[in-house]
Amino acid sequence: MSTLTQKTRPAKARKVRRYSTTDRVVLALMLGIPALVVLAFVWGPALGSVFLSFTRWNGVTAIQPVGFQNYEQIATIYPPFWPALLNNVIWLLVLALVATPLGLFLAVLLDKNIRGTRIYQSVFYLPVVLSLALVGFIWTLLYSQNQGLINQLSGAHVNWLGNSDINIWAVLVAASWRHVGYIMVLYLAGLKGVDPSIKEAASIDGANQRQTFFRVVFPVLKPINVIVLVVTVIEGLRAFDIVYIINKGTNGLELLSVLITNNIIGEASRIGFGSAIAVILLVISLVFIVTYLVQTFRKEDAR
Amino acid sequence: MGLSALAALTACGGGGGGASVSEGTGDITFGSNQSDAVPKAAYQKIIDGFVKESGSKVSINTVDHNTFQEQINSYLQGDPDDVFSWFSGYRMRFFADQGLAGDISSVWDTIGKNFSESFKAAATASDGKQYFVPLSYYPWAVFYRKSVFEDKGYEVPTTLDQMTEISTDMLKEGLDPIAFGDKDGWPAMGTFDILNMRINGYDYHTKLLAGEDSWESDQVKEVFNTWTKLLPYHQKGGLGRDWQETAQGLLQKKSGMYLLGMFVSQQFQDAEGGDALKDLDFFTFPEINPDYGTDSIDAPIDGFMMSAKTQNGGTAKKLLEYLGSAEAEKINADADKGLVGPASNMDTSNYTDLQKKAAEVVGKAKNIAQFMDRDTRPDFASTVMIPSIQAFIKNPKDINNILKDVEAQKKAIFVG
Repeated sequence: MSTLTQKTRPAKARKVRRYSTTDRVVLALMLGIPALVVLAFVWGPALGSVFLSFTRWNGVTAIQPVGFQNYEQIATIYPPFWPALLNNVIWLLVLALVATPLGLFLAVLLDKNIRGTRIYQSVFYLPVVLSLALVGFIWTLLYSQNQGLINQLSGAHVNWLGNSDINIWAVLVAASWRHVGYIMVLYLAGLKGVDPSIKEAASIDGANQRQTFFRVVFPVLKPINVIVLVVTVIEGLRAFDIVYIINKGTNGLELLSVLITNNIIGEASRIGFGSAIAVILLVISLVFIVTYLVQTFRKEDAR
Repeated sequence: MGLSALAALTACGGGGGGASVSEGTGDITFGSNQSDAVPKAAYQKIIDGFVKESGSKVSINTVDHNTFQEQINSYLQGDPDDVFSWFSGYRMRFFADQGLAGDISSVWDTIGKNFSESFKAAATASDGKQYFVPLSYYPWAVFYRKSVFEDKGYEVPTTLDQMTEISTDMLKEGLDPIAFGDKDGWPAMGTFDILNMRINGYDYHTKLLAGEDSWESDQVKEVFNTWTKLLPYHQKGGLGRDWQETAQGLLQKKSGMYLLGMFVSQQFQDAEGGDALKDLDFFTFPEINPDYGTDSIDAPIDGFMMSAKTQNGGTAKKLLEYLGSAEAEKINADADKGLVGPASNMDTSNYTDLQKKAAEVVGKAKNIAQFMDRDTRPDFASTVMIPSIQAFIKNPKDINNILKDVEAQKKAIFVG
């Protein structure tokens, strides 16, 4: 294998290096325009937030620079911050360790062409089509203390959404309900692409179902696994809608995204303070993004 | 993170206070935050009345109530409607001080005779000029069902001890004495406000919410101590219940009393073929400190302001004069039974008993407060007080630490 690639590589490289003028113009446009768009609409506002995070501004009067004051206050005298950070971590872990494996499990089951598989697929995928805001609304009706379906049917008096010890878990059930369907569809697509002959080969070699899946099929799914990981991290960090619908992210349901919104949106807003929380969320996202990019590039170099 | 882009958009515009406004008399637009069916129809009727009377053309832009509130900043700095609905108190003064609202003192020269001094004061900004026309208000009081009180023989309490007494009786009868729902964070502000005004008086309420006194003071601690003693009578699990669900408890005779704004009557309006609404009554929160008696009440005022950017200030001011007339206020109060009109010369023959009582109770009060989130900086109310009061309800014993955090955050926010 390796000798073969080494032989072909120089030939390929020589070919690629010869660009005509048109090629160069086309390449410059195709790279330049998206790069500009990304700079203007992603990094511009992001850097703007970084700038604003060192200021005090209500959106109307002049911007006053305040140095690191916002960050200091967030860490010391702003009680919702640490619970929010913890909740974001919990959210990420539950999605990654519970919802995602469950999605994979459903995908494997439904891939076996059992009877009615289409119906099951639709049922599990349905929540994904709904917006998270709607999911939040539906679950509010289920969880409501005095009028909710769960308490009415079970005769219990659990304060699902108001008890700050359990409400984050109740909400995570709702978020996972949606996430499972999403992951299931991604894996189903991946499983359809797995060449049946490698499974056959594995069984001829005497592997049982379990071994076939973990040793043969799962490694082949690697590209899907990466996507699923990225999707899960994104969902974990951007979680917002459900808790905002339920109680605007207070009383045990604090999340970084909600704190940003609560501080920035509205009258007499604390834009500097909210931006500082946004920057903290940006840094956390960057850790994941950089790790992912480093991994990807390392693999490409190794090839 | 794209939020700063939005902030950058809003950065253009703004400027100093007291800008002079164009007096044009062309067509105008009217920004309404009344997106619910009943008040929306009432506003339409009022504007129709104005159009008929003046011959000017007014188009109404209705925006969802909460969205309107959340976007007010960028709205006023962008391309605002000539006249828009807003609230009195700190929230009015803030935009007047920034020069985003137009001075309408000349309108008050005409409509001033319709209102008592306290309403004029609530329409006046820090520069002594008027920027606001009141349309309606509603009291915060303790609501109950007359039939429940009659059946069980409860007397309307006039002191806190009497209220505690009937609460104990209600517990024995299996009722939740004080209905309570604070999932959204703001209803409990009403409890804090009334306890603070009953214990420490209206002036202290104003001082505290203006950031001039410490939240770690003995006065504030006394408010929370009193509240702690009342908590056992509060309906359990309040942090997981919104006000509508809580009101249902009162309607179904499962709770005895409910401290809320008069909009609670919305939940009674169509129930039991209209009889439920007739059975609904209220009393003002009983006396705690004899020095202050029951001389203060929360009665937030809703009304209108004029944009400083209007090109047709002439028409806009005419509309505002009409909105402050007894005629317009009557149309509104007839349509929405959850509120009353502030004009003293308006015809109240169509008032329900509840509305009559509301006008009477508020008229008797010496001081009218606007509610915590209207009497203090909105950023302080929403980002500090909502989580702090919820933390108190969750763990009343921790109140000293909670108040320490509140005071530290207050100092950080009340800088600019």
